[in-house]
Amino acid sequence: MSAKNSPSSATPFWRDERVLQTFGQVVFVLLVGLFFYSIARNMVTGLARQGMALGFDFIKGMAGFDIGEMLIEYSRSSTYGRALLVGLLNTLIVSVLGIIFSTILGIILGVARLSTNYLVNKIAAFYLEVMRNLALLVFLIFWYLGVFLKLPRVKDAIVWPGNILLTNRGVGIPWGIPTETFGTYRLILLGGLVLASAVAVFLHYRGLRTGRPPLTTLWFFVTWIGAAVIGWIALPSAPLALDLPYVKGLNLAGGRILSPEFMALFSGLTLYTAAFIGEVVRAGIQSVSKGQVEASRALGLSGFQTLRLVVFPQALRVIVPPLTSQYLNLAKNSSLAVAIGYPDFFYVSSTVINQSGRAVEMISLVMLVYLSISLLTSLFMNWYNQKIRLVER
Amino acid sequence: MTEIPSSLPPLSERPGALGWMRRNLFSTWGNSLLTLLSAAFLVWAIGGLLVWIFSAAEWRVVLVNMRLVMVGQYPVALVWRIWVAMYFLAFLIGNTVGLRMEKTTRKGLAVGLLFSPLVFALFSFSLEARLAIAGLSLIALAGWWLGSRWPQAFRRPVLIGWIIYFPVFMLLVRGVSGEGSPMEVVESNLWGGLLLTFMLTVVGIVFSFPLGVFLALGRRSQLPVVRWFSVGYIELVRGVPLITILFMAQLMLPLFLPTGLTIDRVIRAMVGITLFSAAYLAENVRGGLQAIPKGQFEAAHALGLSGFQSMLYIILPQALRLVIPILVGQFIALFKDTSLVAIVGLFDLLGIAKTVLAQPEFLGLQREVYAFISLIYWVLSYAMSYFSQRLEVALGVGER
Repeated sequence: MSAKNSPSSATPFWRDERVLQTFGQVVFVLLVGLFFYSIARNMVTGLARQGMALGFDFIKGMAGFDIGEMLIEYSRSSTYGRALLVGLLNTLIVSVLGIIFSTILGIILGVARLSTNYLVNKIAAFYLEVMRNLALLVFLIFWYLGVFLKLPRVKDAIVWPGNILLTNRGVGIPWGIPTETFGTYRLILLGGLVLASAVAVFLHYRGLRTGRPPLTTLWFFVTWIGAAVIGWIALPSAPLALDLPYVKGLNLAGGRILSPEFMALFSGLTLYTAAFIGEVVRAGIQSVSKGQVEASRALGLSGFQTLRLVVFPQALRVIVPPLTSQYLNLAKNSSLAVAIGYPDFFYVSSTVINQSGRAVEMISLVMLVYLSISLLTSLFMNWYNQKIRLVER
Repeated sequence: MTEIPSSLPPLSERPGALGWMRRNLFSTWGNSLLTLLSAAFLVWAIGGLLVWIFSAAEWRVVLVNMRLVMVGQYPVALVWRIWVAMYFLAFLIGNTVGLRMEKTTRKGLAVGLLFSPLVFALFSFSLEARLAIAGLSLIALAGWWLGSRWPQAFRRPVLIGWIIYFPVFMLLVRGVSGEGSPMEVVESNLWGGLLLTFMLTVVGIVFSFPLGVFLALGRRSQLPVVRWFSVGYIELVRGVPLITILFMAQLMLPLFLPTGLTIDRVIRAMVGITLFSAAYLAENVRGGLQAIPKGQFEAAHALGLSGFQSMLYIILPQALRLVIPILVGQFIALFKDTSLVAIVGLFDLLGIAKTVLAQPEFLGLQREVYAFISLIYWVLSYAMSYFSQRLEVALGVGER
């Protein structure tokens, strides 16, 4: 301490803290640089010995393998890049659906865990305890091999209400086929969205003016759904024709056929993540002190108003950060698809590695893609978190 | 006419089973409906499960392949070395429980320790295996008895035992190389089943913990270069799935090494798991470091400790104590995550299932095999979290 007060000339440079810190950092940079340089050199020489060079040109090459499920057009004569895009879309669809459904199930579980009904409470508690201690990969494989592939054959399909067919070749669900009025209907939906947004903005500003909190979200959806329903009725013929799945020979036809791989991954991830989200929701609701509820009742707010204006906003602040990390986990865990053969981004990438032998490039690409997905998700959730955070004086 | 007593005893509300049910199950119409629905669900689920477990499932596949599931291809003649390692562990656990636990929980845990392995001895294994399993119970109980009888005498030895457990375990499983060594080497490609899972977990914990602490300190460092490096590493690893790290370790690690130097697949997986887990541990430790008030640093400085000394003796012990529960949670996650090495082709507890199911006489028994393996993971995870909760109470975490 005394060194700082005395003139700097009194401190020899080898004991000057700034010099030492700078020196330490230079050494650190040199060591890290040397480390990366040596592994990079080893890698390049190693690859050169195998007659390979680094580069992403191979991505334009012909893939030459089939992919079971795709949202966009793809055949084995497409490029590697196209194959990876198919995989990426599959990853995104599973992640997004998983996030939506696990959030719904998680909220139900979290609320059930706090229920005063003994049986409901205990069932939720048991579910959470069991799920949270399972190894996800083992559960997914069990779920795929032991449940979805053990469903009856197509000709003895289990039929669930709503004409859902369960078979070992996949699950058939009813689906809509666009008719000739579908194009017009899409425009109506878009117009409804614009109208609903206008209503929401109007309500928001009226709320600011009058000081009464408006039900913005509720009216937004009421307007939009109203427009959708009126449009459906007003059109000369229905924009979507109902298409039911049915058994055709040894296969399912009609409707929409969801493969066992997709179903196992999607439902497995949902069931697993929902348990963690349930725990997050429970903790969030419990974090709002009882005094808050009592105080708002004393102010004359109704039960629903208390929930909407007092409990929910406060619980949400506690819930959102851990919820974000659960969403990130789900997106990353979707890469376990490789174990059950659902062609997600990672599965396609590993096939590409086997086909092209480009391990270094592909692994870098895979990491970059997952990093971007994680980053985008957390950016969105952080934005949402900023929006709902406590505004302090 | 009988005389009315001047003061009646207060009416104690002591509802029987009916009253309890009325309050907790049928308080309103909605509640009654929920109760009936969940009761129907329970009957359906538990009934189906019991029917499957006791009549439909063929558990013979598990019993016959128990050795494969437990130790993989480990040479039969050398399995005694694993038993020795297990006995050592059983003794340490028993002794720690005896030493550390509260009086009330000690009894319950001791009974649990005594009986949990014995349950396995009931199954139709060979006589030797049953005796060996029963030995596990006895040794754990002996450790508990010694620990609770002479707590002072065993306090230090048990700590040393835990510290040397990892090297001893590795030595026993791998053996000693060299001519005419008393314990011949078992190559890592013969390790399998629960043994390999256990190895991956222990190695992952032992190596990722110090790495995680270093990264956490680096992230809190005043040197910008060190800080950026730590932040970059932590965020990069936390942003990608474990399976990509494992693939990188399997496919790229051999390329990074100088020519002529090779490492086997098990060690590559261990490197991947360690690198992955360290980033998560670093974040947990950082949470603990941030919770230590600044006054602690200043007080340490005022006492004349250097920055290094105050970190080592004052800050880190407090920070780590704060995050013990989170660290244990992370270790449990690590244990469950080791199952991913099956994807890169190792025969751990999950990977060995494929070998079992490839046997012609057990085709199509996926449910039984994977349910059993799931159960092993579940029981061990649950036991770890239960044990750690008890240990936290005993150590007074969060109270000091």
